[in-house]
Amino acid sequence: MATKASRAAARLMISPAVILLFGWMIVPLVLTIYFSFLRYNLLTPSGNPFVGWENYYWFVTDPSFKAAMINTLVLVGGVLLITVVGGILFALLLDRPMFGQGIIRIMVIAPFFVMPTVSALVWKNMFMNPVNGFFGQIATGLGFQPIDFFGKIPMVSIIIIVSWQWLPFATLILFTALQSLDQEQLEAAEMDGASWTSRFWYMMLPHLARAITVVILIQTIFLLSVFAEILVTTNGGPGTATTNLTYLIYVSSLLQFDVGMGSAGGVIAIILANIVAFFLMRMIGKNLDA
Amino acid sequence: MARAVSNKTKAFNTAVAGTLAFLMFFPILWVIILAFKTEEDAIRAPLDVLFNSGWTMENFSTVQARSDYFKHFSNSMIISIGSTLLGLVIAIPAAWAMAFVPAKRTKDVLMWMLSTKMMPPVGVLVPIYLIFRDTGLLDSRIGLTAVLMLINLPIIIWMLYTYFREIPGEILEASRMDGASLREEVLYVLTPMAIPGMASTVLLNIILAWNEAFWTLNLTAAQAAPLTAFIASYSSPEGLFYAKLSAASLMAIAPILIMGWFSQKQLVRGLTFGAVK
Repeated sequence: MATKASRAAARLMISPAVILLFGWMIVPLVLTIYFSFLRYNLLTPSGNPFVGWENYYWFVTDPSFKAAMINTLVLVGGVLLITVVGGILFALLLDRPMFGQGIIRIMVIAPFFVMPTVSALVWKNMFMNPVNGFFGQIATGLGFQPIDFFGKIPMVSIIIIVSWQWLPFATLILFTALQSLDQEQLEAAEMDGASWTSRFWYMMLPHLARAITVVILIQTIFLLSVFAEILVTTNGGPGTATTNLTYLIYVSSLLQFDVGMGSAGGVIAIILANIVAFFLMRMIGKNLDA
Repeated sequence: MARAVSNKTKAFNTAVAGTLAFLMFFPILWVIILAFKTEEDAIRAPLDVLFNSGWTMENFSTVQARSDYFKHFSNSMIISIGSTLLGLVIAIPAAWAMAFVPAKRTKDVLMWMLSTKMMPPVGVLVPIYLIFRDTGLLDSRIGLTAVLMLINLPIIIWMLYTYFREIPGEILEASRMDGASLREEVLYVLTPMAIPGMASTVLLNIILAWNEAFWTLNLTAAQAAPLTAFIASYSSPEGLFYAKLSAASLMAIAPILIMGWFSQKQLVRGLTFGAVK
């Protein structure tokens, strides 16, 4: 049993981690909130007066904010749809008996280990370039008009790239969850004449529901912060066609040096992420009790 | 007992899954192939690239000469390994204490630590940038190591915690009965049993730190830039030199691709915080 002394020791052992994380969270958070109420631009050095909600007002009423919110939604939604549906299909497929399953699984998972800047540049230049890119060459070779991915459908192009990066993650987690499904139950259902469709709808999908929720929540947290893929491909353009909330805040703070405005955007991003985090934490917390 | 499945069914499954897996992997394969081609060959039709062109090693030396790969490689190594080891030093005692001396609020502390991971980086970009600017940490490996350590610390603690929890407490009690001090208990009983879990934690965190591309792009310039930023310098117009872009990309991802293949299982545990097993 834990003694008083060991409890004190335990507290001492936890404290460095707690202090560091607390500092890492609270210092920037307080500063962000503080800056968001100041008129503070690095280019105009004049005392930074308190301006109340002004930054929020200008940030939210700027047309690019509305565009960025819609783009964020489209990007997160599009990638979630592709990766969850694709992930379920891949997981079901990988779960079947086959030869060389190890190699096949490794090939499916590999894209997850490619750093975002590499996958974005490789896709943009070597695959989606309408003249020399792989898709362009194939289309031209077959006598079709090649698609000008980043010229005509920039957001779709980014969704494709990000989905390629995250599909392995969804697949791996759903596959892991699927493997814990009781095979005998499935076989019993099959013996009793349940078709594959009904086994899928009434047995596999309910079993996967929890893992699907976890995939959606975790991916949403990361997808709200997609940045490098946009920076190296489109710089948020053309116009604001691919500017998401993260990129918009980056532009106001580090390109326009508007600390106040960038901070106001930062607070909005934190609130949005926290709404998602709230549900994710509840799911994880429940599992901790079990 | 699994049912016997005919080889025909297995072959069919293999063909379908293999084709899809190949398509997923193809962009990486294409990068590997083009990295060994000349620029003239790299932009030819795909079939010509495959069957009608020679191989060359020249791109790698060109990339090194043009953008000093080794400097960025060593930055990546120092930052990712440094932040992981530093995180480990802080996380091991914390995870140990929470796993073996659980208190009433242990669960709350764990959940709170995790919640720091939910903070969108862009939300705190401005203050961190300004603090770094004022303390001279911008574009320094120390600053970046510290930031990556902090963003991955919750994952390290969480993973270690779940691994430690699987070590039976009775063994620790028995060693205590036999008169082992706390130090001996940690050093000689716990550590050997925890090494596999720690190894996977280290592996996953090096991968995450290696590929981190928000802070590394925003807080570095020429000096401390790791490979994520090195590749970003190949965005247009250099991006149109496919062979060089491929060689640079391959050099940036190869080390981690290999590590990644060894850590597939831990990936699920680390990235879902134990919510899926």
